Amino acid sequence: MKKISLRSNLSKYLKTADSDWYKQRVVRVMFCVAGAFLILFARLFYLQVIHGQELRRLSENNCIRLQTTDSSRGMIFDRNGIPLVDNRPAFDLSIILKDAKPVERTIEKLSKLSKQINVSESELMSKIGRSKDISSYKPILLKQDMGRDALAAVEVRKFDLPGIVVDVKPRRHYIYRQSAAHLIGYLSEINSDELKSGKYPGSKGGDFIGKFGVEKAFEPFLRGKRGGRQVEVNVIGQVVRVLKTVDAQPGQNIYLTIDHTVQKKAEVLLEGTAGAVVAMDPKTGNILALVSSPSFDQNTFVDGMSHKQWNSLISNPLRPMENKAIQGEYPPASTFKIITAIAGLEEGIIDKNTTFYCPGYYKYGNRVYRCWRRGGHGSVNIFKALAQSCDVFFYQVGQRLGVDRLAFYAKASGLGTPTGINLDNEAAGLIPTAAWKKRRTGIAWQKGETLSIAIGQGYNLTTPLQMLVLTSAMANGGTRYKPLILESVKTVSGDIVIQGKKQAVGKLPAGKTTLEIIKKGLWEVVNNPKGTGRIAHIKGIDVSGKTGTAQVVGRTNDSTQSETDRPKHHTPHAWFVAYAPSVDPQIAVAVLVEHGGHGSSAAGPIAREIIRAYLEKDEYGRQLKAESSKVGAESSKQF
Amino acid sequence: MFDRRFVKYFDWGLLGFTFLLGFLGLATLYSAVTSATPTPQKILYFKQLIWYCAGMTGMVLSFLINYKSLDRWAPVIYAACILLLIYVLMIGKHVGGARRWLILGPVSIQPSELIKIAVIISLARYYSKHANTKGFTLRELFTPLVLTIIPFILIVKQPDLGTAILVVLIAGSMTVFVRIERRSLLCIITACTITVPLVWFLLKGYQKKRILTFLNPDRDPLGAGYHIIQSKIAIGSGMISGKGFLKGTQNALSFLPEQHTDFIFSVLAEEWGLVGSVVILILFLTLIIWGLNIAYRCREPFGTIMAVGVAAMIFWQVFINIGMAMGLMPIVGVTLPFISYGGSSIISIMICIGLLMSISMRRFLFE
Repeated sequence: MKKISLRSNLSKYLKTADSDWYKQRVVRVMFCVAGAFLILFARLFYLQVIHGQELRRLSENNCIRLQTTDSSRGMIFDRNGIPLVDNRPAFDLSIILKDAKPVERTIEKLSKLSKQINVSESELMSKIGRSKDISSYKPILLKQDMGRDALAAVEVRKFDLPGIVVDVKPRRHYIYRQSAAHLIGYLSEINSDELKSGKYPGSKGGDFIGKFGVEKAFEPFLRGKRGGRQVEVNVIGQVVRVLKTVDAQPGQNIYLTIDHTVQKKAEVLLEGTAGAVVAMDPKTGNILALVSSPSFDQNTFVDGMSHKQWNSLISNPLRPMENKAIQGEYPPASTFKIITAIAGLEEGIIDKNTTFYCPGYYKYGNRVYRCWRRGGHGSVNIFKALAQSCDVFFYQVGQRLGVDRLAFYAKASGLGTPTGINLDNEAAGLIPTAAWKKRRTGIAWQKGETLSIAIGQGYNLTTPLQMLVLTSAMANGGTRYKPLILESVKTVSGDIVIQGKKQAVGKLPAGKTTLEIIKKGLWEVVNNPKGTGRIAHIKGIDVSGKTGTAQVVGRTNDSTQSETDRPKHHTPHAWFVAYAPSVDPQIAVAVLVEHGGHGSSAAGPIAREIIRAYLEKDEYGRQLKAESSKVGAESSKQF
Repeated sequence: MFDRRFVKYFDWGLLGFTFLLGFLGLATLYSAVTSATPTPQKILYFKQLIWYCAGMTGMVLSFLINYKSLDRWAPVIYAACILLLIYVLMIGKHVGGARRWLILGPVSIQPSELIKIAVIISLARYYSKHANTKGFTLRELFTPLVLTIIPFILIVKQPDLGTAILVVLIAGSMTVFVRIERRSLLCIITACTITVPLVWFLLKGYQKKRILTFLNPDRDPLGAGYHIIQSKIAIGSGMISGKGFLKGTQNALSFLPEQHTDFIFSVLAEEWGLVGSVVILILFLTLIIWGLNIAYRCREPFGTIMAVGVAAMIFWQVFINIGMAMGLMPIVGVTLPFISYGGSSIISIMICIGLLMSISMRRFLFE
């Protein structure tokens, strides 16, 4: 027993770390430290003695510079691959003061080229003077986008101009001036808030970013990634050797759903007016054209515009900067009768046989509500009411429905809320309810107001795009699609990154029979000899539609004021919504002309021409094909 | 209470080295902050002077305290530092995307600098209690592992990878010093070789890329790679005798990133050349050996292990910082003791020096 405990004590003693053991370990640590320091000494010797000369030379005129290479922004095409936006090379002239020794001589020589470069000597000097305190290796921009003549002049005298550098930078170019400007949007210089926001990783001051429209909505795809290189430069700042390069990654290309020919057609038709046109493929929600008139030239945002130009843009009473197709809120007028008709039919207030008598006015309470046609429409059923846009018929229906039931159907049809198009600042419009009015004005809903609502006047406000979604849902049998502007995002080599997908957001609150009845009514609008929209009739194409004439000032009883001497800003807005062909529709259109007058005369022809441009183009294409094959056959016969 | 042997055994040599390094550090910092264009930050130099005064106070306090009482206080110190780290994560000041600073009136401190000392003390306490010549087994290493991992995770979250790695290196060095049992060591090594590729496999593409750039800055020639090449040019262009005080061109033209903190050695090497760099390296080497010698002469394990920990801390900071500036190591933000600008860094190194003094002058208590 005693022996064992002694041994265990002994072994415990031997295992215990005593002072000598620690000393031994400390000595080892000292050797490790000394070894590590040897590495440091060796490296120091290697850098300062063996490579000292070379590194001293590199430091003397600090030859290693970083240059960034901008990525080229993705292009934008229409659905058929027609380029709408591309990049052109722009030549920027800069000076690096450190290399331009002596600075005065270089400037003097440069100013001799002022005719080509178009900058005076004093201007040059002031630009340099302003930046004198900045690190002298930083290039100072003398002239942006100086043009090819100036480039040639500078390049020829390159060796006389030390420190002068020409940078080639891709610059945004909107090929068709003013075309689809509101849809495509524009680029402009990034501001400090945007830089700080962190939404634009990798950007720096002076960069251009999308500020509006597609350029903004698809900024992350379009932008690409900046590259750069480490270069060795000589004494006058010219690159001698590229040490390392990181390639810039070009942005991805955007293919839009719009059809350039239709878009262009719509723009020509709207020229000189304020208004909007939107067209859509009713089966997918693809936007075929989106026009807001008047337009603006996007290139001026990139090239820089003068204060005066900017002021005239924002003070123009026709509001060119507003995208009227999605931001403009107008009373839907008679186009709203589609909603009243749906509500009436669905709620069982009317059926296809119900008739009301229209004497040209409707007395309600102590007020007389007039029909647009003074003489009245006589006995009217739903088809005639739609075709001839009889107000009295819809007064009757609306009065029986009440404002809240009307609002329910309008909202269920997508009115009063943004459609969700991928563009900024879309307006919601307004569908009033009794509760809304009470909250808003504190006054209870007056029953008479419901009559105005039933014909799309009063508080009702909609955007052209909302009316288009409604029309196209009518056309396709009741499905509301989200308006799509993106067909696809493709890489430079053509691989699809994202494919636009149709997206149903809801159904019209209408059964099959209801839709059939209304569609027949809409067909009669254009095809009945008495229809209000017969102006949109196209030979060979079956068009359906609805006119609308939105009162800007209240319709008055006094007939002293004739239509002609009414001031322009009291002239009603003209609406026309349409789809074609009536069976298996390919295109739906909404047209609004501000202060255009009657929907039939001002907006109808525009809708007609757009439908024709879209649908006949196919036939035109087929014709071309047939002709070319005929020619081919003939030519083959000859040989 | 006051023992005359305190004066007799006071480590005057260590004090001398501290002053010498402090003086050289201030001179280098002066050059780094005044000749830099476009914005000389002379104010930093005066701030650093104040930090040195604060550090001196910390040093005096820590050598007056009997280091053995730290054995008892270790858990409290450790817990307090961890709480500070958690606190700073929650409400710390954001600087350049990281939460590292705690605002205390007019000054801001980095708790991550203080935790290094807390880890050294805590591990010294644990290892000195359980030490044996066979080394520590895996089971015994569990507590030190936890003590290290907690601050590591908290610091990585800030994020301050440099300091986090430093904590692990210090703890690792101390553990290797007290010896790991052979079989456990084998286990640890095999476990590491298995998990590293496994973790690599689990990482996402961009994370891998970031680590590769971290290991090899040349992959990022416009960012880290550029800094490295400019730093190498600065050091190499100093050649044997240097360009002279305040005459460094790389420094003056702002080609050096973070020239007053992470890349301060480049400023020194550019202006003082091989001669100056070697002098600084020798001073650091001597300081570390001095620290280890204190460990050598100390007669009880707690003091020995703590001194080794402090020496390890100084060693790793010097080795990583200078190695990084010379392109031997990936770029991590680790300060160079005594020389880099930074209040918390100065105070923590001075406290560590005070600890060494305390251990050194109390060795007689065992005679």
